[in-house]
Amino acid sequence: MSTPTAVALEDAKVAFRLGDGRVYTAVEKAHLTVAQGEFVAIVGPTGCGKSTLLNVAAGLLKPAAGNVRIFDRPLAGLNQDAGYLFQADALFPWKTALDNVAIGLEIKGTPRAEALPRAQKWLTSVGLGAFAGRYPHMLSGGQRKRVALAQVLIRDPKILLMDEPFGPLDAQTRQVMGNLLLDLWNADRKAVLFVTHDLEEAIALADRVVIMSAGPSSRIIGDWRVSLPRPRDIFEVRLDKEFHALHREIWSVLKDEVMKGYAQSTQAAEAV
Amino acid sequence: MSRPTLFALQVLVAVVCIVLWQVLSTVPVFGKILLPPFFFSNPFDVFSQIVKWFASGVIWKHLGITLAESILAFVIGSLGGVLVGFWFARQPLVAAVFDPYVKMVNALPRVVLAPIFALWLGLGIWSKVALGVTLVFFIVFFNVYQGVKEVSRTVLDNGRMLGMSERQLMRHVYWPSALSWMFSSLHTSVGFAVVGAVVGEYLGSAAGLGYLIQQAEGVFDVAGVFAGMFVLSAFVILIDYGVTLVERRLLVWRPTASDGRG
Repeated sequence: MSTPTAVALEDAKVAFRLGDGRVYTAVEKAHLTVAQGEFVAIVGPTGCGKSTLLNVAAGLLKPAAGNVRIFDRPLAGLNQDAGYLFQADALFPWKTALDNVAIGLEIKGTPRAEALPRAQKWLTSVGLGAFAGRYPHMLSGGQRKRVALAQVLIRDPKILLMDEPFGPLDAQTRQVMGNLLLDLWNADRKAVLFVTHDLEEAIALADRVVIMSAGPSSRIIGDWRVSLPRPRDIFEVRLDKEFHALHREIWSVLKDEVMKGYAQSTQAAEAV
Repeated sequence: MSRPTLFALQVLVAVVCIVLWQVLSTVPVFGKILLPPFFFSNPFDVFSQIVKWFASGVIWKHLGITLAESILAFVIGSLGGVLVGFWFARQPLVAAVFDPYVKMVNALPRVVLAPIFALWLGLGIWSKVALGVTLVFFIVFFNVYQGVKEVSRTVLDNGRMLGMSERQLMRHVYWPSALSWMFSSLHTSVGFAVVGAVVGEYLGSAAGLGYLIQQAEGVFDVAGVFAGMFVLSAFVILIDYGVTLVERRLLVWRPTASDGRG
């Protein structure tokens, strides 16, 4: 391989100690690589540990076994090469949209006078140029995601980790956000690890789609290359024949896992 | 309901109460005065007492003393509450060790401390300030403690992933969160600062609104007691209004209940 590997999880295992002393294994022997400039989506049923895997790549969680390598160096502590887009609201509610974006630079020691105009530029490029003075609670869910995206991207991270970032949004807003993400990503092609439960979203966005089995002890059970041409438009790519063929193929595998995951969660609910 | 109508109705309540009070305390009903002047005075006397206080200027000195005590109690109590609240929230071990004692002191009705403070600090303003501080401190302390502990996990993780050091987390995440909780209790803590001052004065002092009320009561001057109470109410309402103005400036980033979004 000529392109360097941005993220490599080597046989990573993630386990948690439960309150009653038992050990719960969330992810078993996950082997996953993301090459530089590659957009990889992880899809799996609810509770399969896909977010857990992302947290391992971010350094927020330590794997119980296995290695995490970032640009061929073992990861120690937090992954400072990565920007993380959270599923839940993660903006600082006491800062305006502009300050929320500028903080990414200010932390690194950029003077405020220099950080603010650059933050304004980023707000404009996510379509919120006129909303700089608003506080997060004055913005809609989609607008908050845009600010969060600008907050992460202004630091110019080499890797983007995204945990169902558009999960809480309505269907139309998700598609608009997906296109925005692809546009921004196209500019400099960072390595992206994108977690979602939406297979269509995954295929429309990614270069590779990775499928995880239902938890606990979930594993990676499939890896598909998406060769749809870029740049893509999310609205149009869904009408493509190749898109449908790929969707059918992956879904035939994913469906069983979704049913398994569903059965397990209902059993667990009955046990409680 | 429109604002003028609402205001008119609010004024109407006051007018009805005052008229009833005046009538029942001066005009006999079935040959009997229902509100004997000795116990209830009457609005006219109360009003003339207030006018006399302001006309002669005596009241300003008392108001000034009570205000000074309240402000000192609020500032010292808040400062202590913020510092200790922060410390406890960041050092769970310290919090665990002191937990029973904090609960014990907080359970104590603070009024019983007034004689001790008077003994230690004399009858001047500092014994009142001390009483106010014990009231304000705990409100601010509990709020800041809660505020620091309940910083959203996601917001914290976001700060870390953005590369914040512990010091930067303190400044950009913990501190604003703690302050917002402190300000949300601002009305309560300012109110308690005044309560501490007035109760302290009432129990032993040579000046202040509490002293005025206590003096009037000592000579069965009911008009004086009521006059003191009305001045005190107006005083608290003014302070509360000031707090609302401060709050509006400092908490612009917070959603209000009437704000549908978010």
